[in-house]
Amino acid sequence: MTRDPAIELKGISKAFGPVHANKDISIRVMPGTIHGIIGENGAGKSTLMSILYGFYKADKGEIFLSGKKAHITDSQAAIAAGIGMVFQHFKLVENFTVLENVILGAEDGRLLKPSIAKARRSLLELAADYGLNVDPDALVQDIGVGMQQRVEILKALYRQADILILDEPTGVLTPAEADQLFRILNRLREEGKTIILITHKLREIMDITDTVSVMRQGEMTATVKTSETSPAELAELMVGRKVLLRVDKTPAKPGAVVLDITDLRVKDEKGVERLRGIDLQVRAGEILGIAGVAGNGQSELLEVLGGYANGTGTIAMNGEKIDLTGKSSNGQSRRARGIAHVPEDRQREGLIMDFHAWENVAFGYHNDPAYRSGVLMNNAAIREDTTDKMQRFDVRPPDPRLAAKNFSGGNQQKIVLAREIERNPDLLLIGQPTRGVDIGAIEFIHQQIVALRDKGKAVLLVSVELDEIMALSDRIAVMFDGQIMGERLPSETDEKELGLLMAGITDTYNEHSVDEVQDNLAHVHAPEKGA
Amino acid sequence: MDIYLTLIQLLDSTVRLATPLLLACLAGLYSERAGIFDIGLEGKMLAAAFFSAAIAAMTGSVWIGLLAGIAASLVLSAIHGIASITFRGNQLISGVAINFLAAGMTVLIAQAWFRQGGRTPSLIGKARFEPITLPFAEAVQDVPFIGPLYYELISGHSILVYVAFAAVPLTWWVLFRTRFGLRLRAVGENPAAVDTAGVSVVGLRFAAVAICGVLCGIAGAYLSTALQAGFVKDMAAGRGFIALAALIFAKWRPWHALYATLLFGLFGALETRPDVIEAVSGIKVQGQLLAALPYLMTVIILAGFVGKAIPPRAGGEPYVKER
Repeated sequence: MTRDPAIELKGISKAFGPVHANKDISIRVMPGTIHGIIGENGAGKSTLMSILYGFYKADKGEIFLSGKKAHITDSQAAIAAGIGMVFQHFKLVENFTVLENVILGAEDGRLLKPSIAKARRSLLELAADYGLNVDPDALVQDIGVGMQQRVEILKALYRQADILILDEPTGVLTPAEADQLFRILNRLREEGKTIILITHKLREIMDITDTVSVMRQGEMTATVKTSETSPAELAELMVGRKVLLRVDKTPAKPGAVVLDITDLRVKDEKGVERLRGIDLQVRAGEILGIAGVAGNGQSELLEVLGGYANGTGTIAMNGEKIDLTGKSSNGQSRRARGIAHVPEDRQREGLIMDFHAWENVAFGYHNDPAYRSGVLMNNAAIREDTTDKMQRFDVRPPDPRLAAKNFSGGNQQKIVLAREIERNPDLLLIGQPTRGVDIGAIEFIHQQIVALRDKGKAVLLVSVELDEIMALSDRIAVMFDGQIMGERLPSETDEKELGLLMAGITDTYNEHSVDEVQDNLAHVHAPEKGA
Repeated sequence: MDIYLTLIQLLDSTVRLATPLLLACLAGLYSERAGIFDIGLEGKMLAAAFFSAAIAAMTGSVWIGLLAGIAASLVLSAIHGIASITFRGNQLISGVAINFLAAGMTVLIAQAWFRQGGRTPSLIGKARFEPITLPFAEAVQDVPFIGPLYYELISGHSILVYVAFAAVPLTWWVLFRTRFGLRLRAVGENPAAVDTAGVSVVGLRFAAVAICGVLCGIAGAYLSTALQAGFVKDMAAGRGFIALAALIFAKWRPWHALYATLLFGLFGALETRPDVIEAVSGIKVQGQLLAALPYLMTVIILAGFVGKAIPPRAGGEPYVKER
């Protein structure tokens, strides 16, 4: 190895106030390799990459590109130095065409026409070179997320990036689309590009990277060759202790039907039908997992069940019908019927971020006699109860007077879970239980869900993480475009089959091209961006 | 022929009344397309109206007056820009503050300078924009049909009217055919996309706010030095708000802004000519009702009865880099 590393960071430190996001980080990435950076949320991965991309300025430390010291003062300097970044939340203008997005900021002159013509030619070449086919004149809002991600990669390549940073690129993709992305990344590696892949998914690291660096609490704890490590070792390096990567659970013992949904239909405010005749049953003592790409009706399903959206059809809870018109039923009465709800977006629907933990724990259950003394709230009792729940759910720090926003994602989720599960509901609705939650907390949350099931309760789980669905569910239903495409048992299916169902393809025995999958997905409303 | 002439006259005053609305509407279009909501159009017009009239009265030159009006409007734009872009303040509150500032300040200064009860002296001669007679207008005025159309409607307006109408295709061209326009539209839709592409969000937004200031300045100057001869208290008379309604009606598109402001101009013209309505429809309409029409229309448009207007997605939100 006589070549200089494509990227070398020496002693990078960055603090936001008292928080040290990056502490003395050094890293070397050789050209033509894929280098993974793995770590829990808040470990400082994104901050480090934002420094490399000129979004933040490091407090200390130096950056060398191909052996030469680089002064990356802003994004423009990073782009000029040949660095391209694909952010987790795409930075695209939705009502612009693909071409307009590609040239934005890299136009060739004051007038658009020549720039557009040149970009059109370049895009054709890039499509041929790397298999990055995109319709240049399509509006970004009309194409699926997989395609939008291609546009982001094309933006970087159009700016002649030699170094490509991808931040959690597979979070929004179906398995088939993720495979396609990895093929593209492989191709880019063969062409000599250097790629940094930020992810929290161990499997992706093992599949595609050459080397991997692990970050924990702002520090780089290890850099190893991928071929010389294992998922278990990486998980331990990330969390700092041994973690169970598989969910430990016994076979389900399904009992009576708790939730019975027949022909459920929901229209959105534009009159578009978002749920198109859902039939589902959830039994006591089982976890029903709903798989699907975000935006295919899962959110609407949870909202109707949770009591804050209206629909038609019938929903029976323990044999009794629930009013779906919103006239005599709401979230409050749903809770009274034994339905607890851990919403998909905890920061918007599950918590009020500026309120204290104890206030958040009281929400929805504020009429509980134990929380009241006469017409007043018994705040002391609520705080005591909250401290108790926080301890049982290992919320750190267990301080009921801390505002919700001051807890980490995992601890916020534990507060919501504690509030709902401790009420001992007959049915738990839970959406994206571990979105933005670190590995250590994921393990705990999964155990709690399984424990509730083992107590003979019904659980309806919605998640876009197929791994999570596979690991937790006793039965899997796949949603696509507001319909259930099929039900499978986890033991009798695999990711490939589920992936096709998620794209609305029901004959899973034949081969299907990725383009077919993407075409299908693009016809559904573009998924909302996750929080 | 009589009805034809009346119609021409009606359209002629439509054009005159639409001009300040059109300029203000385009001003708002630049600002809002870049993601900065501006309800301070009214205040900027008012300040410009006063300063252009005042300076024109003092110097005797309407052109110096116009520059003073634009400068005054730019100062208010800068305040709005610093408050909402640099300090990421609330754009509505900043706009409201500018409106109050302009309403009070103009009368106060007018009284201090001229002692005429908050007015400027009447402008005469070179202190006012005079109508321009286009080539051959006199020659063709007796040609039937086309003659009056050219002489009355197309010719005989002040230079600012032609500036306003020329600004429409120019704005369209800038927005949709130039690099600056692409970036301007992008910054109003998703500033993060612009920022990560290595272009300054702050720079673009200030540029947009400055263009807005210049156009508002011309609109204000038109009010006091062309449409009328001098400044009077509150002479903007809600035109800034009507321009905002027109902007929504036009769905933030330049050509539609022209049509929308012409419609409002027509309402304004009808207000002065209830006799025309009576002659055409045979119904006698109360003058007050006609006077209320533009405002009623504004309410209807703002309530969203006229189709769904999707504003620029990042409009009204200060840009903060996310971690």
